[in-house]
Amino acid sequence: MTGHVFHPGHEELHGVTVVVEGTSGRTWVGRYHERNERGVVMHDVAIHDPAIAELPRADWVARLRKFGVAVNERFVILPPKEAGPITRLSDWQDSSSSG
Amino acid sequence: MPYHEMMIKPMRDEVTRLGVRELRTVADVDAALGPGEGTAMVFVNSVCGCAAGAARPALTLALQQGVKPQNLYTVFAGQDLDATARARSYFAEYQPSSPSVALLRDGEVVHFVHRHMIEGQRAETIAADLMAAFERFCGRESEVAKE
Repeated sequence: MTGHVFHPGHEELHGVTVVVEGTSGRTWVGRYHERNERGVVMHDVAIHDPAIAELPRADWVARLRKFGVAVNERFVILPPKEAGPITRLSDWQDSSSSG
Repeated sequence: MPYHEMMIKPMRDEVTRLGVRELRTVADVDAALGPGEGTAMVFVNSVCGCAAGAARPALTLALQQGVKPQNLYTVFAGQDLDATARARSYFAEYQPSSPSVALLRDGEVVHFVHRHMIEGQRAETIAADLMAAFERFCGRESEVAKE
């Protein structure tokens, strides 16, 4: 009863819900699958686009934490140039002041 | 697509042997949750690794302590599709995830543990969160607070 989750042959974050801060300014929250030559592969992804979002990013993430991930896309590959810092949703803190 | 029942049975048994009643049909769910009285926990079971490695062991630990919800229920996501969907309708404000745990008091959700709060956590950590919620919302103190 260790509480550890084993995913043999996968990266540590495989299957874990993460926040990916995109270089475009968008934020992507979903289950991390893998990083390959095409980019970061994610499942069941919610997307925050500051150009159209109703909530500032930090509030949006806080809402996802409380009510769960409202899926916008079932499957996403973020190109390497878009994929910025990757953090577990439970650990994520807003590092920007722009919201 | 549901897995073969023979494969799933040990996962069901791991929960039901704790005294948690499994809800397999829409009618089961409505009979259990429809009245919306008292405290009820709904454990959304699943075949995924974090259910096996963390969620079910955490539930086992949490239900060993004193304070528990009055009613303990479980549905199996990906297996009992209609029953799971119906159960989720009682906490529809929360996005579907599995495994997950909903704690309701008089029909209102008072605590929710999402899959993202389970992934990568130790069973003991999740159990501590559940026990704190049981104590807060199902213990004598909660009865005093309601009066």
